[in-house]
Amino acid sequence: MKSGSHLSIWFFTGLCLGVTGALIFATGIYEIMNPPANKVVLYDLHANVWWGAVLLISGLFFVIYFSPANERKRLAGKS
Amino acid sequence: MNLALLLLNTPTLVHLSAVDLVIIVFYFALVLGIGLYLKGQANTGEDFFMAGREMTAWVAGLAFLSANLGSLELMGWAGNSYKYGILAAHWYWIGAIPSMLFLALVMMPFYYVCKTHSVPGYLKLRFGVGAQAISSISFAFMTVLMSGINMYAMAVVMKVVLGWDLNLSILVSSLTVAAYVALGGLRSAIFNEVLQFFLIWAGALLIPILGLIEAGGWSGLQAKILQNLTELNVPNPGSYTHLWSTLGSFSSNPMGINWAGIVFGLGAVIAMGYWTTDFLVVQRVLSAKDLRSAELAPIIGAAFKMCVPFIVILPGLLGLALLRDPQGHLLRLVPANLAWSPEGQAQGLHGYDEVLPLMLARYCGPGLLGLGITALIAGFMSGMAGNVSAFTTVWTYDIYGTLINKNATDDFKVKMGRWITVIGVIISIGTAYLVMHTQSIMDYVQALFSFFIAPLFGTVLLGMLWKRATPAGGWTGLLAGTLSSVGMYTWVKIDPNAVRYVALSLDAQDQAQNMFRALWCCLICVIVTVVVSLVTKPKPDSELKDVVYGLTPIPKAEHTSWFHSPIFWGAVVAIAFVILQIIFW
Repeated sequence: MKSGSHLSIWFFTGLCLGVTGALIFATGIYEIMNPPANKVVLYDLHANVWWGAVLLISGLFFVIYFSPANERKRLAGKS
Repeated sequence: MNLALLLLNTPTLVHLSAVDLVIIVFYFALVLGIGLYLKGQANTGEDFFMAGREMTAWVAGLAFLSANLGSLELMGWAGNSYKYGILAAHWYWIGAIPSMLFLALVMMPFYYVCKTHSVPGYLKLRFGVGAQAISSISFAFMTVLMSGINMYAMAVVMKVVLGWDLNLSILVSSLTVAAYVALGGLRSAIFNEVLQFFLIWAGALLIPILGLIEAGGWSGLQAKILQNLTELNVPNPGSYTHLWSTLGSFSSNPMGINWAGIVFGLGAVIAMGYWTTDFLVVQRVLSAKDLRSAELAPIIGAAFKMCVPFIVILPGLLGLALLRDPQGHLLRLVPANLAWSPEGQAQGLHGYDEVLPLMLARYCGPGLLGLGITALIAGFMSGMAGNVSAFTTVWTYDIYGTLINKNATDDFKVKMGRWITVIGVIISIGTAYLVMHTQSIMDYVQALFSFFIAPLFGTVLLGMLWKRATPAGGWTGLLAGTLSSVGMYTWVKIDPNAVRYVALSLDAQDQAQNMFRALWCCLICVIVTVVVSLVTKPKPDSELKDVVYGLTPIPKAEHTSWFHSPIFWGAVVAIAFVILQIIFW
């Protein structure tokens, strides 16, 4: 699972959250600059901006913390 | 009229933008990439069928929960909460938490110590080939049917929500599942289940957050529901937001059930049966790297399970409070058969199960909508993958390896596992088309599934805790329990008035009938097992080592502190569970 020679599931999870978060965040910023004609309920809260940012930051944390390089360091520290 | 034909003219709920499609395509690419990456790590039987038994407690626990969160769970239970109110949360709390803790702290040591590959495999060790054959054949049959139903349900959702072609949805989802499970086995299924867990929360959590802001918090939501249901002349409008206080009688709540049905039928039998003996979920825990991880995994799953009503039940309640049609009138959702009838379509009616996509479309713009739809797709695919991977293991070890070819080599089993995965998916596709042309079969199969689970719990529990239970008692009890459940179901179908005997009230709705039927058939299973065991010869103690309480040395886990003890965390979850019941009483 986390032997250091394999990518961890948490790395893949971070990749998924990070890429999705970045796309949602960017779309939210674009919508602020170009407001859509048909707005969703509570549009003024700009949920796509802050929710996208939350996902992006969580994703980056997972990707960096569980990157193969950091996994190898942790494994070396244990042995 | 055929449902598939009706759906061809169904207007769609939402329209996806380019960024939504990019998110969906990225998810599919990632899932397939994970399958390809893990192919090299699935070379032995232990790797392919048990994920190498090296999963951490967190991974096994999240996969344990996700295997259940897939299927029809999200849409179906959001719809049920719209229909029955907060009573639907019982299926997440008393209908899950006590049984998950029971699995962790009482049953898991037996499953883990005997190193079985499956629940039918445990029955073979305890009761012999007879009980194993009944259990494995019925389980294999049901899983492959359920997989097809999942597939069809997903295709219908994609059609109703997005207007996608039914055949295309079935083909793309099934090929993707077949590819990643056949390549990486259970490890690949588990990886994708963990991924799906995060996607579901990321995609669904915004709905209750924004919904509660719009409704004015929990008290505002309660007031709006009471006002709307009173306006619509719905009986017992106040009961929709109370968990226990309306269960004193059958007629004072929307489900037509009393506390005994919930506590004994749901909590003590159906939930115990599902969470402790359904191999689809138990298989995930068996992949844990050691006994402590195997005990902690269901506890971690239970902690998150307690939170799931926030993203499933609350959106249904928010739908009751907030949904209005374009003219500003209260929107009243209806049963699916009415919504999908030609008249229903002409009037623009929506089914109960559409409440979640309706709420998604209400709050989620481009990007967020793609994430929400991806979460739904991930949920359905995970349900399908869970069924297929469990089917593959039971077929290979309990049917082929026990009944057909006892001398199959490990290499051959892995090859067979890959092929059976593909064959299982092909059979599932056939089932999906069968369901498409015979809609009512979905109801029957759901009922069939419950026929086997409730008596199986009685058999496994007696097997683990009572060493006097004999092989003859085990398989006759299982058979008697299953047949009695089928009998009660048929009786009510032939004579609807029989529900007053089976479910103790003419007010009992479908869910209430399921609860009481499960309770009776489990009791019958236990009584028959005990009676037959007392008049037949038991196995000697030497043959029961590692499978029965009292004869199984449970290895002492090397806990560094009470903080790492499964019992401590089990107690924490149990206390949180009790507090939730009091808050929403």
